[in-house]
Amino acid sequence: MTGASARAPSDVGRAAWLFLAPALILIFVFFFLPVLASLVLSVSDFDIYAIANPPTTRFVGLANYTKLFHSPEFWQALRNTFYFAIVGGPLTIAVSLGTALLLNAKLVRFKSFFRTIYFTPFVTTLVAVSIVWRYLYHTRYGVLNYGLAHLGIAPIDWLGNPHWAMPAIILMSVWKNFGYNMLIFIAGLQAIPQDLYDAAEIDGAGPVRRFFAVTLPLLGPTLLFVSVITMIGYFQLFSEPYVMTQGGPLRATTSVVLMMYEEGFRWWRMGYAAAIAFVLFVVILIATLIQFRLQKEHA
Amino acid sequence: MSRTNPRLFVVDETKFGASLDSALTRRRISQIILYTLLIIGALIALMPMLWMLSASFMPTGEASTYPPHLIPTRITFIHYRELFTRLNLGRYLFNSALIAVVVTGVSLVINSLAGYAFAKLRFRGRDRTFRILSLGLVLPVQVAMLPLFLLMKNLHLINTYWGVIIPGMASIFGIFLIRQYALSIPDDMLDAARIDGASELRIYWSVVVPGILPILATLAIWTFLATWNDFMWPLIVLSDEAHYTLPVALANLSGEHVMDTELMMAGSVLTVIPVLSVFLFLQRYYIQGVMAGSVKG
Repeated sequence: MTGASARAPSDVGRAAWLFLAPALILIFVFFFLPVLASLVLSVSDFDIYAIANPPTTRFVGLANYTKLFHSPEFWQALRNTFYFAIVGGPLTIAVSLGTALLLNAKLVRFKSFFRTIYFTPFVTTLVAVSIVWRYLYHTRYGVLNYGLAHLGIAPIDWLGNPHWAMPAIILMSVWKNFGYNMLIFIAGLQAIPQDLYDAAEIDGAGPVRRFFAVTLPLLGPTLLFVSVITMIGYFQLFSEPYVMTQGGPLRATTSVVLMMYEEGFRWWRMGYAAAIAFVLFVVILIATLIQFRLQKEHA
Repeated sequence: MSRTNPRLFVVDETKFGASLDSALTRRRISQIILYTLLIIGALIALMPMLWMLSASFMPTGEASTYPPHLIPTRITFIHYRELFTRLNLGRYLFNSALIAVVVTGVSLVINSLAGYAFAKLRFRGRDRTFRILSLGLVLPVQVAMLPLFLLMKNLHLINTYWGVIIPGMASIFGIFLIRQYALSIPDDMLDAARIDGASELRIYWSVVVPGILPILATLAIWTFLATWNDFMWPLIVLSDEAHYTLPVALANLSGEHVMDTELMMAGSVLTVIPVLSVFLFLQRYYIQGVMAGSVKG
């Protein structure tokens, strides 16, 4: 900084804090504070009586967490959520990468036309398309089973069978979400210099070899970003089971967030629900750290 | 060399021609495979929405027949009429639009002020504040929801538009997006304005805002779509039908009218059409924003 600066740094600093104030106050009061309060809530017995009369709330230590870890329903919700994230996440990413590679092919024209079509499911309202898919999955009248009948496959009770309900939700989620990751992959692919492909081709590498030797390693950071974003989103599964299955059949699609919602906002066991929310946070945090670690090892 | 030796020249040409031919065929075949895959993909991507649109015009009961009808035998608008007359859909449409427009407008101002300050203004504690803020990106919003509900209850904002609007007025993601883009504004431009005696607010308004318009457009579309489509928080905070947003009303209706396939499809069409049109008309900004905002991560 030379002396020619037009304004004293302290004035700029004051302006900066004024500019930041609305955002910081809102985010602190309506996000960070509730997150911290949630930790406090999770060691209390806050319930429906406490809503009417908060002073009746008592400190219960880790009782909510102990109860949670002894609850088969919670373990099932955790299993369901992992099932959704660990099968649905990679599947979504694979479809995204596949379509991105197709759209990035030199021989293809009308790229933006196809890109728009593929991206469309992502911008639609989740509740609305969940309702649509509920009818597509209808055992007797659904278009999906009708299509499968042509391939000689007997009707599947998609949403009524505990073994099929989660795959059905995964299938819909892949359809809904792949377009977003696809865009990010296209941007990543376009950033790879053509020289590298040319050099690999001169060295005699075929398309498959080029994909594994050039595309995939250079796509590393993009892949990490996409995996983390997708996984964080998938661990928060809520609307799809809420609308399509209400968590059934036999709780086969009850996710951690759906269980938190029901405990907290249907039965008003808010202390207990806060403990569920915190476990979810820890799970997401650990999963994110693992992905960063994996990425580092490969780099 | 080849010019003085016609025989060699001729041999060369046929060989070259043959390989060119087979290269062209290979290219054609790859092209056919690529387009086939792309078209199948496009059909899968569009099919659920096309069926929704088609079923919404079917007479009652036609969507529940076997084999399924893909096209209505007779086009009817009764389901749309019923939604607007008996089921109050106009009200929900209004609620959704009001909330989405207010959140978009207010958050654009608040996030851009903060994003610009982080990018271009020097002040003590900037980096630390920014780091603390970025911690929020890994916190799932659901963790905040239970205490947020109690807070809203104490503020008497349960079952009001403000209960949905206020938590959406500032977003860490929005601040990040703006900051990233605002970093490219040249300092000279800001200093020149300062030397001319412009106030900081004036600089924000007449130098910064015009400079970051593209990212503002991206963020506006993003926020509008996200607010319109949001479900969980409005479901929690709005308990009285008069304040329902479209997704909440639709989820509620779908419980009562499970059997009325055509009616539910009409409701879904009306919920999806506004966001779909915003996207289709403004997709240039939206898609660019998604790609730009993510690559640098």
